[in-house]
Amino acid sequence: MLKLENVSMAIGDNTGEAREIITGINLEFKPGKLYAITGPNGGGKTTIAKVIMGIYKNNSGHVLLDGEDISNLSVSERAKKGIAYAFQQPPRFKGLTVPDMLNIARPGLDQVGIRKSLRDVGLCPEDYQDRDVGPGLSGGEMKRIEIAQVLARDARVSIFDEPEAGVDLWTIQRLIGLIIAKYQNSPKSTAIIITHNERVLPICDEIIVVDGGRIDKQGSGAEIWPLIKDDIECKVKLQCRGEIGYEF
Amino acid sequence: MSFKAEDMKLISTITDLTDIPSGAINIRVDGQAVIRNSSPNISVGPNDDGTGLKVEIKAGTRDEAVHVPVIVTKAGFKDKVYNTFIVNEDADVTIIAGCGIHNDSHADSGHDGIHTIIVKKGSHMKYVEKHYGEGSGRGKKILNPTTDITVEDGASAEMELVQIAGVDDTLRSTIARIHENDSLKITERLMTHDDQRAESLIDVYLKGTGGNAQILSRAVARDKSSQVFKAALIGQADALGHLECDAIIMDQAKIQSVPQLVAEDAQAVLTHEAAIGKIAGEQLVKLMSLGLSEEEAVNTIIEGFLK
Ligand SMILES: Nc1ncnc2c1ncn2[C@@H]1O[C@H](COP(=O)(O)OP(=O)(O)O)[C@@H](O)[C@H]1O
Ligand SMILES: [Mg+2]
Repeated sequence: MLKLENVSMAIGDNTGEAREIITGINLEFKPGKLYAITGPNGGGKTTIAKVIMGIYKNNSGHVLLDGEDISNLSVSERAKKGIAYAFQQPPRFKGLTVPDMLNIARPGLDQVGIRKSLRDVGLCPEDYQDRDVGPGLSGGEMKRIEIAQVLARDARVSIFDEPEAGVDLWTIQRLIGLIIAKYQNSPKSTAIIITHNERVLPICDEIIVVDGGRIDKQGSGAEIWPLIKDDIECKVKLQCRGEIGYEF
Repeated sequence: MSFKAEDMKLISTITDLTDIPSGAINIRVDGQAVIRNSSPNISVGPNDDGTGLKVEIKAGTRDEAVHVPVIVTKAGFKDKVYNTFIVNEDADVTIIAGCGIHNDSHADSGHDGIHTIIVKKGSHMKYVEKHYGEGSGRGKKILNPTTDITVEDGASAEMELVQIAGVDDTLRSTIARIHENDSLKITERLMTHDDQRAESLIDVYLKGTGGNAQILSRAVARDKSSQVFKAALIGQADALGHLECDAIIMDQAKIQSVPQLVAEDAQAVLTHEAAIGKIAGEQLVKLMSLGLSEEEAVNTIIEGFLK
């Protein structure tokens, strides 16, 4: 359904030289499957997502949706074709409320739908009826509302960029349940989760490890999880002891 | 009395009315009051020197509204009016003012509304004033409102001042005095586009203990328009004041924002926040990723911001 063929993306740095952020990425995403992208901080995970959404343009290679090269389509056009992306750091808006955003994500969504969307991400709908998606919300609230928007879109390709950040374990479990129900074995849609979460990774159909802008490892969850498990568990332990920050 | 469809449309743009309500009202068209009605609790009549209106709200009046919109439709017409509003004790009312100009000519037309508002002890008043201009001519649409508001002890007032669009030139001047245990909230929303110019001056004097004033301004300047916003909170007592001005700048527009805090009493607590910036690229991309076109994304952000 979605294919990246030899995709590279470079950004001009402050010396004026182009620096390649991702290099020669080849990936295929099939309907009904759940994909995880993982790897160290700065590895290029978000960049891959943004290249799929069209926020960054690939300098070479092709992004193909159902065989059509969408590399030159705008973000809006890709959204209309069924690509959705839940930002790692969603921007804030003054004057757009939580229901406003959900209505933009899914035009015509009624009160019942809005309430359900919010409950699905562990928020109490009554508290968000007229609150701006703005400076008054915490990082965790922003993340949940971001995820709710992408779930509400019912897109063909849904990318969730580190959905676990700032979200409690209970909600993450519930969200994963929702994502599995919605996308695993779906005849026409797929989900890509960028994550380090040790509960999410093992249950994904495929794990893609991105490091230094390249694909380092790739394979089924059963194959890859044992290889990266220690690394991730070690990070989680260090986090618990406060030795490294939660952003990684 | 019925209005031409285009006049009614103008009235409804500035007041949200879809027809003429019963109750207290004055509609001024090209310098003449074409509708004027009082209600049992709200008297609407000429002021003493015949230069405008005097609206007086009886003590204890609750949950009533008075509408006093003005429209200017005659080519090149310059209207000037002096209005006084007195809200007597323990009332709770809404005053809907506003001005709309339609000008298809090449001569400038305008309206200067000079308003004096007194909110007496224990009362609450909400004042809404929307400005709007339209028409195909080269003639400018000019609006210069001057508002002088006094809030007496233990009263509160909310003012919503909005310039929707289409006003070529405006000088808005608002002076407020608030006393013991009063609160005043002024919300201003200003949109300029094309070659428009807007200047807004707001001075709020905090004169009594326990006073609380907020000035919240949001502005959008597009195209080659320019805006100057100067607001001052003058703390003369043990009172709180907060000033916030937030602006979106686009295209080749210019914005000058001058928040001023003046403390003349050691107990006064005054704060301000000011920001001017363009629409962030991340915001546009975020809305586009939900399926909006770039133009729709820009308009959604602006509409929300000025809501
Ligand atoms: N817009 C940008 N400008 C400059 N450098 C960028 C930009 N976006 C990403 N990068 C750099 O590319 C690398 C990969 O970033 P990113 O894709 O966000 O990593 P990840 O999501 O895996 O943490 C990082 O070194 C980051 O600093
Ligand atoms: Mg990232």
